[in-house]
Order: sequence, then C-alpha cells, then structure tokens
Amino acid sequence: MSAPAPTAAAPRSSAFGRATRSGGLALGVLIVVASIAAAVAAPWIAPFDPNAQDVLLVLSPPDTVHPLGTDAFGRDVLSRILWGARISLYVGFVATLAGVVIGTVIGVVSGYYGGLVDRLVVAATDVLLSFPQLIMGLLLVAVLGASLTNLIIAIAVTAVPAFIRMARGSTMAMRERDFVDACRALGYSDMRIMFLHVLPNILDELVVMASLWLATAIRTESTLAFIGLSVPPPTSTWGGIVREGFDNLLDAPWMSIFPSLAILAVMIGLNLIGDGLRDATDPRSPQ
Amino acid sequence: MTAALRDDFIPDAEPPALVVDELTTQIRVGRTWYDAVRGISFAVRPRETLALVGESGCGKSLTALSVMGLLPAGVGRVSGGRIVVDGVDMTAADEPTRESMRGDRIGMIFQEPMTSLNPVLPIGFQVAESLIQHRGLSKKAALNRARELLELVRVPAAASRLDAYPHQFSGGMRQRVMIALALACDPKVLIADEPTTALDVTIQAQVLALMADVQKREGLALLLITHNLGVVASVADRVMVMYGGDVVESGPVRAFFARPSHPYSEALLAAMPRIDGDTPLQPIAGQVPTLTQMPTGCRFATRCALRHDRCAELPPLTPVGDDPNHLVRCWARMSP
Repeated sequence: MSAPAPTAAAPRSSAFGRATRSGGLALGVLIVVASIAAAVAAPWIAPFDPNAQDVLLVLSPPDTVHPLGTDAFGRDVLSRILWGARISLYVGFVATLAGVVIGTVIGVVSGYYGGLVDRLVVAATDVLLSFPQLIMGLLLVAVLGASLTNLIIAIAVTAVPAFIRMARGSTMAMRERDFVDACRALGYSDMRIMFLHVLPNILDELVVMASLWLATAIRTESTLAFIGLSVPPPTSTWGGIVREGFDNLLDAPWMSIFPSLAILAVMIGLNLIGDGLRDATDPRSPQ
Repeated sequence: MTAALRDDFIPDAEPPALVVDELTTQIRVGRTWYDAVRGISFAVRPRETLALVGESGCGKSLTALSVMGLLPAGVGRVSGGRIVVDGVDMTAADEPTRESMRGDRIGMIFQEPMTSLNPVLPIGFQVAESLIQHRGLSKKAALNRARELLELVRVPAAASRLDAYPHQFSGGMRQRVMIALALACDPKVLIADEPTTALDVTIQAQVLALMADVQKREGLALLLITHNLGVVASVADRVMVMYGGDVVESGPVRAFFARPSHPYSEALLAAMPRIDGDTPLQPIAGQVPTLTQMPTGCRFATRCALRHDRCAELPPLTPVGDDPNHLVRCWARMSP
C-alpha cells in the first residue's frame, strides 16, 4: 500500500486475451487449419491417385508404402482421405455459409418488421425444426438426387431454420434498443438499420453458432455419405470411405478407422473453436 | 434564478421553423384508440427555445415522436392536425419524404446517451454516416466534417477519437456526440427529449450551455422536452405546460415564472426544491390518470384543489390578465 506499482501491466481482458487464454481455441484453430491445408494441398501431398486401383495390393495393412493401408480395390487410403477432405470440408463450408447467410437475412428482416410475415416465418421454422436434421437432409437428397450441388442445398436447408430463429430473436432484442430509435430519428432506411446497425451487433453470436454448425454440416455430409446418399463413387468423401471399409471391418479395420478419426478430429477442432469464441464474446465468462 | 431568465424572444420576427397546428395523437389500448395528445398547437422560430413541461405520461414525448413521424406503427397514430417542418407538411408527406427530412432538416436528441449510440460502430463513422446518407458526401469528406462537428461540441482531441467506440466515452461525452450527430446536416429544428436527465448535475450545465451556444450559432429552433423547471428557467424562451395531452398553460418564461396560473403549473413549481425557500416541498397528490380513465372535461380535475362543477367541461385557453402571449386553460383562473 506504500506506493503504486510502477507501470503494472494491465490485465488482459480483451476478447482476444480471453479467447487465447484457455488454449482450446488455439488447438481448435490448429486442427481445422491443418485439415483445410491438407485438403487444399491434396493434389501435391497425396502419395497416390485416390482412384488408382492396384489388384495386387488389396486390403493391404498400413506399411511404409501405404501408411494407412489400402482398400478392397487396392486404393491408397491416405490419398483417399486427403482427397475426401476436399469434398467433405467443401460441402460443409459452403452449405454452412449458405445456411448462415439465408437464415440470417430472413431472421433479421422477420424480427425487425414483426407482424404477419414474422408469424408465418416462425411457423415455417418451427415445422422445419421439428424434423430431425438428418432425416431432413436425407429426405432432400433422396428427392433431389445425390450430387454435390444437391448435397450442399440439402445441408444448407437444414441449417437455415436454426439461423432464422437465432437471428430473429437477437434482432427483436436489438430493435428495442435506443440506438435503433436514434437511427430512425436520423432518417436511415430500414435496410440500412437492419444490415449496418443491427447485424454487426448480433454477428458475434452468429459466428459462434456458425462454427458449431460447420461441425454439424460436416457430420451430416459424412452420415449421408455413409448411407450412400452423397457424391457418387468413385469420388471419395470421408463418410464414403468409412462406408467402403465397413464391409471388411473385421479383416481391414484401418479402412474405416482412419477416415473416422479425420472426422472426429475436425469435429473436435470446430467445437473447440465454437466454445472458445463463445467464451471470448460472452461478457459473463470467467475472466 | 429569475436573473438568468432570457427575455430576448421577439414575436413574429421570422417565420417559424416548426409549426404544430391542432395536433391530435392517439394511442391504441386493446381495440380502442384514445386521444393521448388533444389538439395542441405551437410554433417555434429559429433561435427560439420552447420548453414542453409536464409529468411522465402527459404527452410530451408523444408530441415529439409525432413531429418526428416515429410513432410506433399499430400503437400510435396522428389522427388530426398538421405538422409543418421548415415549410414541409409532415402529416401530408409520404414516408420516403419524412425519412429524408429526419436527420436532415429535423434532428432529435434522446434521453439516454449511454444507449443511443451503436456500441459496435466507431464514433466518427456514426457521425459521418448521416452526412453520407443525406448529403451524399464521400466517406473521407464526411469523416472530416465529423471531426469538425465533434470539435464544435467540444469533444477533446476530436481527431484522435474518430476511431473510438461509444464504451470509451463517458455519459456527458456521448451526449455531446449525440448532439453532433443531430447537428450533422444543419437541421432547422432540433427536438431534445430530456437531454440532460441522465447526466450528472455538473455535466447537465455543460451540455445545456453547449446546446444553447450551438443553437444560437446555427439558428436552430429548439423544442426542449423536460420535467426540470430549473432547466426551463435557464434556457427556454417560452414554456408550454402539458397535462393529460392538453396544453394547460403556455407563455413567455418570464411571465410564466412570475405568474404561474394553472393549478397544475403552481403544483409543479411547489414540488420543485428551492435553495432559498423555507416552505416544505409539496408533492402533487395522485398521478396522471391512465388513458382509459381520463376524466371528461378538464383532465387535471381529479387532482385539483380548485375543482368545481364546471370542470366537467374542457375550459378554453384564455389570456392571463392582459398578456395575450400568456394563456391558461382553467375555469377558476379565467379573467372575468
């Protein structure tokens, strides 16, 4: 109590400081960035052509030539996983992005204006949300047909109602804030208020939810691929590789285990990111 | 306090920047629309300050929102009268016209500076935005003007604070920013709804002095909504007392404080703490009746000591004594 400590370092309470303290977020980012890098670099780092068959080396266990073994057609599992990441991650990212954008726009507009349209939107989202997400995706792919675009559409549609609900709720809370009245008193258009003033205020919640939904989207793609409703063979996706290995699970478990581990790692990475971001943006999170 | 009264109001000197003529605003309760503001009329000239005084629920803020055209849809509506801002009839105009008037020709300052700024946008951009919107300025020019405006409202080190966020500002500083925002496009009319209520007393005086200074410099017509009679005495030229949506008394500030004539005005003054008074504070018994329970005739009758049979009928606004500018709405105080 005698004299104040000279130039004591201020405690780091910035969002960045909170986010990086636990290390979970950093680990999550590391895993996800590594997966994306592997997917992008697949053509250069994959040791073999993912679709090249070698009938002399079917169901070969992991060795120095094929580090993760080969499948029933003698294709290199490592190469298939690396190439499969391109499809699985691409579908996950694009579908989530589409779901976030569409869901947010509908949710913000609906929550901002309220009224009859809002009630219809709520009713529609309730109906959509009452379907289990996987059943919904399955239904859509079955109706639309299994192709890359249809897969993305199907997964995006399952994400839309969740983002509508969230963006709508946050917008309704924001609409009661004084700064929205102040914006109206300044003669700003509804469009401007919604997307330049309200949206940045709810963006943190949306980003957190998007990172968690990204995991869900990738999992949904893998599940659909596992039951055969994904990009047609021989194109590899993670869920598809697990499915191909399933027939020889007892003889050649590596075929299913390694792609499953890849899915698991990305799921963990994305959830760590989501939790880390939520802690960073939540003012109530422990300092 | 009387020494500070301003007496520089010259009637009919310039055409009014804001004219409100027989404005009636209704509020919906359940399925019925009730008159919350009943046929009020006033005009504010450039450089003039009109104070609108009354308790909560008297229709002051509703009057302001009606003028701005910001009544919540489906809950409030202007059902009669005319509002003319800088020559434009707001009641007859369509929504795009009114939108272009707001923030450009007519500005508004709100009560809560702490929450009236967008927390996630930099101060400089928020001030500049209005100029980009209404004046079509480039972002660079608008930011430059924003710096000038922040200097005008005496935000220290304005240039370096353009990138600051609202949470880095104190309440008084934020209210200065709100004033800068409202002034960005050189409006003709400024409505200030309890602009100093949420501030410390010392900051209140600073903000009021700043507003008076800016008003004089920019030639603004100021409609000041307040329940603080001390503020009225120090900055207003004319005062209008509202009760239950009616104007019960209006007149020049000096005449009003010299001879408050409506029982409600007297009661308001008696309820104000005075440093020199030895009379105890007199609270006004009861509260403003809700819209659904408004008495017919004089709406203050339920709380009035001078009530008599005739109060069942609404008294007209009549001059107090021989002053044609000082009007009161009371049967008991009508000149014979």
